[in-house]
Amino acid sequence: MAVSGRINDGDVWSGGVLAALGVYVVLEARQWDYLTPEGPGPGFFPMWYGIALVALSLLLIVGRLRQPRSELEEGVNWQEVSRALGVWLAFALSVALLKVLGFLMAYAALACFVVCVMYRRPLTTGLATGIGGAVLFQLVFPLALDVKLPVGIFGY
Amino acid sequence: MDVLAGLLQGFAVALTPSNLLWCFVGCFLGTIVGVMPGLGPASTIAMLLPLTFQMDPTSAMIMLAGIYYGAKYGGSTTSILLNVPGESASVVTCLDGYQMAKRGRAGAALGIAAIASFVAGTVGVIALMLIAPPLAKMALSFSSPEYFALMVLGLAMVVLLAGASLVKALLAMLLGLWLASIGTDLFTAGSRFTFGHSELLDGIDFVIVAIGVFALGEVLGSMETREDAQVLPVPKGLRNLLPTLAELKACRFAFLNGSVVGFFIGILPGAGSTIASFIAYGIEKAVSKHPEKFGTGIPEGVAAPEGANNSETGGALVPMLTLGIPGSSTTAILLAALVLWGLKPGPLMIQESPTLFWGLVASMYVGNIILLILNIPLIPLFAQILKLPVYVLYPAIFGISVVGVYSVAGSLFDVTLLVVFGLLGYLMRRLDYPAAPLILGLVLGDSMERALRQSLMMSQGELSILVSRPISAIMLGLAALILVLPLLRRVNAWRVKALAENG
Repeated sequence: MAVSGRINDGDVWSGGVLAALGVYVVLEARQWDYLTPEGPGPGFFPMWYGIALVALSLLLIVGRLRQPRSELEEGVNWQEVSRALGVWLAFALSVALLKVLGFLMAYAALACFVVCVMYRRPLTTGLATGIGGAVLFQLVFPLALDVKLPVGIFGY
Repeated sequence: MDVLAGLLQGFAVALTPSNLLWCFVGCFLGTIVGVMPGLGPASTIAMLLPLTFQMDPTSAMIMLAGIYYGAKYGGSTTSILLNVPGESASVVTCLDGYQMAKRGRAGAALGIAAIASFVAGTVGVIALMLIAPPLAKMALSFSSPEYFALMVLGLAMVVLLAGASLVKALLAMLLGLWLASIGTDLFTAGSRFTFGHSELLDGIDFVIVAIGVFALGEVLGSMETREDAQVLPVPKGLRNLLPTLAELKACRFAFLNGSVVGFFIGILPGAGSTIASFIAYGIEKAVSKHPEKFGTGIPEGVAAPEGANNSETGGALVPMLTLGIPGSSTTAILLAALVLWGLKPGPLMIQESPTLFWGLVASMYVGNIILLILNIPLIPLFAQILKLPVYVLYPAIFGISVVGVYSVAGSLFDVTLLVVFGLLGYLMRRLDYPAAPLILGLVLGDSMERALRQSLMMSQGELSILVSRPISAIMLGLAALILVLPLLRRVNAWRVKALAENG
């Protein structure tokens, strides 16, 4: 399988994160009843899958560390990753602004950002995509399907 | 003869012009609304139910059945075209459907989904008509140990959904189990893993995770490069818009497999179409001559889960109509509608309301045909979505995802969770963790824990209850076999390699 573009040692750090999650699950499960007079308690099931999480994560890390580093393996293309994370941050910001701007304006702003910044299209194309899309959402969801959209302080 | 006479009576009801029209309207509205992510069959029926209040009960039930079918089919459209699963049962369709679309076979994938829905839906109705009452009684013999075993069998399918690394697939599944645990424990009413957020007390809805991990993960991954081209190749010409004869031939077993698995799992209250679609896909891959091609975009990978998803409809109506027990949220709404009209679903329904029962059965045949006639011409229309440039389509997917998640409970907190799961989906893609096992764990985790705890309560902590009951023992044995077989294959490969090196 091609490893181009994959995060180097991603298995190790993702295994570490999952192992930490497993430890957290086990520690939390220990605070709840494992067995009660009526049967298994709320800690029963999490205890077992928490242990499995830790065990499999360690297996993943050990397996990765024992694997010889292939000469073909390339480093992370951070340009690609930062581009994707930039879009994600813009999306996160638009969601954070939903309460203030409402869906229609937040969507128009996000679409405009994607078109103009990420795809380097003219501002007019960005505005047309953002505003046109927002109008279409308004027509399809609240008007045709009676599905509510998040509303901001401006009332839409 | 009773069945034949009843069916003839049913067709006389279903084929009246007004009922034909209602069936068509139901299929059409169900398909259109069902296409929207987050609006699965249950919410589509709930949304459109008020339209039927002023109607005659038989016509209303016929229209609702049409909506049910249409919504189930509609869910597959966005799975195939955009990798956005509209409902939990459509997740499996993403695996090969979207890959087919990526190869310019979006039309064929939609066609196979429509044909699988038609074949399986028809098989489901025939089975509902012929073997409903005895099967409903058998389904009632399913108790917690059997449900636990069924869930374990479903989770064992993770082996067949795993990509290059089984360990990563199992880790993704365990992550899904953890997500399923978040919320209020039903037995003690205590909260688990809620981090002090009251919004998490009801748990995390599947739609949020599925849309985040599949749709947003895919979009973020695709936006790593600034490609100006269309997102996917647009199929051109009738040949590329419809499945070829060779593709349909390859799907023969998948149609049958999906139909049978979907119907039988549909009968079991609470099992649902999600587990049916996963198991049908797993069986299809297990018996295939080329299992390695699953997940790369092969028609069988679309036909089996889509068939199971639709055949489950017939199965789910069995306990509802013959015993008055709704097996899913959708059938619960249908049951509420029947009660609202003064009808009493149960063992006497066939005798007391033959017009409605047989009219409904016959209209389901008609509905299947209408759905096929309606959807084959719609394929070129749906495929036009792919003509949109990426800089228009990607923001639209973000928008649809937000609306889909917000429509579930009207909660902005859910939309915030969507952002988190979008990042998780992207990281899983980058790090080669398969997403389907996570969804499998999330969907089955809660039911599995409940069934396990109920079983152990029944036996006062004796684990032997899980293997002392025949159906449960058989299913657990099958699950163990599915889990152990890849290990045995690996051991055998090592052995052969060692022998070759020594020899």
